[in-house]
Amino acid sequence: MLFLMTPALAVIVILLIVPLAWLSWQSIYHDGSFTLANYQRIFTGTYLDTFLLTFKLSFIVTGLTLLLGYPVAYFAASQSPRVSSLILGMVVLPFWTSVLVRTYAWLVLLQRTGLVNKALMSMGIIDTPLQLAYNQLGTVIAMVHILLPFMVLPLYSAMQKIPSNLVQAGASLGGSPLHVFLRVFLPLSMSGVLAGATLVFVLCLGFYITPELMGGGKSIMVSMVVSRNVEIYNSWGAASAVSLVLLVCVFAIFYLASRVVPLEKTLGAK
Amino acid sequence: MKRISYGHIALGATVAAILVFLMLPVLIVVPISFSDTRFMTFPPPAYSLRWYDSFFGNPEWIEAAKTSFTASAFAVLFATPLGVAAAYAIQNGKHRFMRYARTLLMLPLMVPIIIVAVGVFFVYSKTGYVNTLSGLIVADTMLGLPYVLISVSADLRTFDPTQEMVARSLGMNRLRSFMTVTLPQIKSSVIAGAVFVFIQALDETVVALFISGGDNQTLTRRMFVTLRDEIDPTIAAVSTMLTALTLCLIMVVVVSRKSKGAAPRA
Repeated sequence: MLFLMTPALAVIVILLIVPLAWLSWQSIYHDGSFTLANYQRIFTGTYLDTFLLTFKLSFIVTGLTLLLGYPVAYFAASQSPRVSSLILGMVVLPFWTSVLVRTYAWLVLLQRTGLVNKALMSMGIIDTPLQLAYNQLGTVIAMVHILLPFMVLPLYSAMQKIPSNLVQAGASLGGSPLHVFLRVFLPLSMSGVLAGATLVFVLCLGFYITPELMGGGKSIMVSMVVSRNVEIYNSWGAASAVSLVLLVCVFAIFYLASRVVPLEKTLGAK
Repeated sequence: MKRISYGHIALGATVAAILVFLMLPVLIVVPISFSDTRFMTFPPPAYSLRWYDSFFGNPEWIEAAKTSFTASAFAVLFATPLGVAAAYAIQNGKHRFMRYARTLLMLPLMVPIIIVAVGVFFVYSKTGYVNTLSGLIVADTMLGLPYVLISVSADLRTFDPTQEMVARSLGMNRLRSFMTVTLPQIKSSVIAGAVFVFIQALDETVVALFISGGDNQTLTRRMFVTLRDEIDPTIAAVSTMLTALTLCLIMVVVVSRKSKGAAPRA
């Protein structure tokens, strides 16, 4: 059986494992001696700010996708198969559309003369156009849109498995709908919440395209530090250390979450 | 008896609003791509095909599209058999190494894409594969492997391996029994895996930013670089075509899965 695996494994080892090993080496070895200088820079000064900003935005985006995704998944899970597959179709279609295309669409929508500003002005909510694009607000809006399906799909698959007679039992025992939801449904859907939140959070941590195009160059995320250090400054040591810290964060989160919920199915949703 | 309360109506309205939020950005690029003006007025004052002309009339866009399609097609040709072979080995292998192998093959989905990009760029800059088509194909193959693995493994788990054993006991070798007994029955998941590899390769941007360039620039790389400077409506035309193509490909998967469900099992 082993020889059937070899070609696929060879590709992964050469293009992924070897570079990761080399990045680890580069991050601690410079000009013939070992150094921790690259890591020191991460825990002081601008790189620290970058990591804090990345975590902050990731928390915000994860929270918002959960807030928006939960009602959609809940609604879809409570409908007839036809309606729920229609709703899921509307979730999956943007999921399969290129990230670049969706970022472009948001750039257009959030322009000063874009559809969102125009709509808000014609409704009389604002008088002058808001600055929506090329800042953190635009980045968060576009990232929430792009990552929302990653939240809805695991939530839906967890909710679908909740037996409806449990909710009925709660209601027949005199629980109010809110009470039954909070005490029965919500706890049973937590595996989906955890899977979705893990996935969205981890994807946020490494997100590159949208913050780069939408951020206006002001809010630098971890992925952008990595890219700049390689492309502009040719500084592999710094890029390596930042990459490794990011990678350790990602794997730690995956590991902790996978001890509670099986993540692989979620990962393969796309 | 079903009671419709204000709570249900409020929930329905909220969900409808969120679904509009999901769909609007995908749909908005279509009218913009047919707009007559460079400015983002909506609805467009007049319709025209000028942004499609500006795409098809520009050899640089056409070259980029060719590179993307060639790389994606070859990535499918490599990643699909490699992924199917690996999935088969993991399913039928008894060694506990197989579990680790599976995790290894899933890594391209777990490692942040920017790190994958920097790593591939490093390997290619040492071996001279930066800005080459073959480099792009191998990178897209690597990124596509997990999709084939996931799709095919799920199907193989429910496949009854005794069928293949019967074929072998009747004198077929392992390869022939796989080709004639197993493969036809997991066909739809192999097609699904192949389609996912193609879409992923076509959509891939970050790795391409590092390793594709010059004559071998991908479509998405060109879109990204253009978008960094200005919002050119030509991108709306490219986006519309890409989205339409993706939709068609997804339909292929849906249809092949449906026909599998309908076909009688011999």
